[in-house]
Amino acid sequence: MSILSAPGTTDPAVLRDAVALAHRIGKETAAVHAADVDREGRFPKETVDAFRAERLLGALVPTELGGLGHDVRTTAAIVRTVARYCASSAMILAMHHIQVASLVRHGRSDALRDYARRVAAEQLLLASATTEVGIGGNTRNSSCYVERVGDAGPGQTFRVTKQAPVISYGQYADAIFTTARRAEESPASDQVLAVCESAAVHLTPLSGWDTMGFRGTCSLGFTLEATGDAALIHDDSFGDISAQTMLPVAHLLWGSLWLGLAEEASWRAQRFVQKAARKNPGQTPPASARLAALMVTRQEFAASVDSMMTRYEQIQDDPEELGSIDFMVAINTLKISASTEVVDVVNQALLICGIQGYREDTEFSLGRLLRDAHGAAVMVNNDRIAGNTAQLALMQREF
Amino acid sequence: MSSTVTDSIRALLAEHARLGVDVASLSDTDDLYTAGMTSHASVTVMLACEDEWDVEFPQQMLKKSTFASIANIRAALAELEVEGATA
Repeated sequence: MSILSAPGTTDPAVLRDAVALAHRIGKETAAVHAADVDREGRFPKETVDAFRAERLLGALVPTELGGLGHDVRTTAAIVRTVARYCASSAMILAMHHIQVASLVRHGRSDALRDYARRVAAEQLLLASATTEVGIGGNTRNSSCYVERVGDAGPGQTFRVTKQAPVISYGQYADAIFTTARRAEESPASDQVLAVCESAAVHLTPLSGWDTMGFRGTCSLGFTLEATGDAALIHDDSFGDISAQTMLPVAHLLWGSLWLGLAEEASWRAQRFVQKAARKNPGQTPPASARLAALMVTRQEFAASVDSMMTRYEQIQDDPEELGSIDFMVAINTLKISASTEVVDVVNQALLICGIQGYREDTEFSLGRLLRDAHGAAVMVNNDRIAGNTAQLALMQREF
Repeated sequence: MSSTVTDSIRALLAEHARLGVDVASLSDTDDLYTAGMTSHASVTVMLACEDEWDVEFPQQMLKKSTFASIANIRAALAELEVEGATA
């Protein structure tokens, strides 16, 4: 089994073990530090160390390169489970996996294959710098460019300087995957993806990260100055990497993460109702009807994430299909629906738990979950995605 | 005749493709995406083509490669039986 596995081939035993492992890391580590990570807005080092100890940073690296060879479905199941305990930790894992997916699917050169091997062997944490100051949040445009130093071939190096408004966990990463124009004379949309190893990266903070939620992702803005081996620039253009891998994998992993967050809120509400029912046996608790309504949303949410996962698995090795209007509309729509439903579910759970959910000091507290949930719509703003989808809709054809 | 269609394509690109370079500097086979056309702009180019020749690109032609060069666009129009598009 690997990222390239055929649809429906996920080994149920592997999936079950992966989820059990994620629950263990969640309970023993992520949940223990989640409140502190949130309060202090600090990197969840303990949880990321736990991922490393279980070799999870190499989950998407094929076994022949020394990784766990998980497919996207298994990876998403782990992200979804960890999100129940600490959404920031799950987001860091998801963002890391998005970069690894790009590396293993689009990095065909020996140097990039070797780098994938190192990600698994050394459990390297990958971050990304895909937005740029002055570009307006569109990842498919760059103003900075890659300057190649020396003759083409072995020994050639590159240099890049980028004003990045956001590099999540940038100062804790072992490499920052950076987009830039292919060369000084290239247009804004002709981009490459370069692996900038942290040893040769200099980060100067541009802004802090004091936010409503996802505080542990430490998504500060930086001026990034990097040099590296030119062989570590991805073979495929960033446009192709983005359309074929980064975007679908991101929306599937984020959707799974928000689903996990929603499931945690939902279970808190359910436990609250069960507790109330035990206190007054024979009497239906007043929040029961709301709980039933919440479960409708939750089930629809889970089904839409699952159906997009199946659809992605069926076409993941077909660039033409991945780039088709129908799929792009569908994968964009998943982001919008999942990010909207997660807030909806947490809101419903809050009405069920009432003051017990509103308080910060009960087993039913929903404050952090609600704050994290609101991050979903603003990270890659839903309005921007809706605009893209509307444009794609101009091209979509009935059949 | 075919040069007329090509000229019209070039005029549409100049208006809608938002290229980083002058369309006149591109050959018929140069990659328009490399020349700076975004996928957004390619949608506008498609709509402009549909309006200009009163055609509708079918689903299977709506892919990146259809609009990747002037020659590709003309080939697509030829497939839609636009008069003068056949090379």
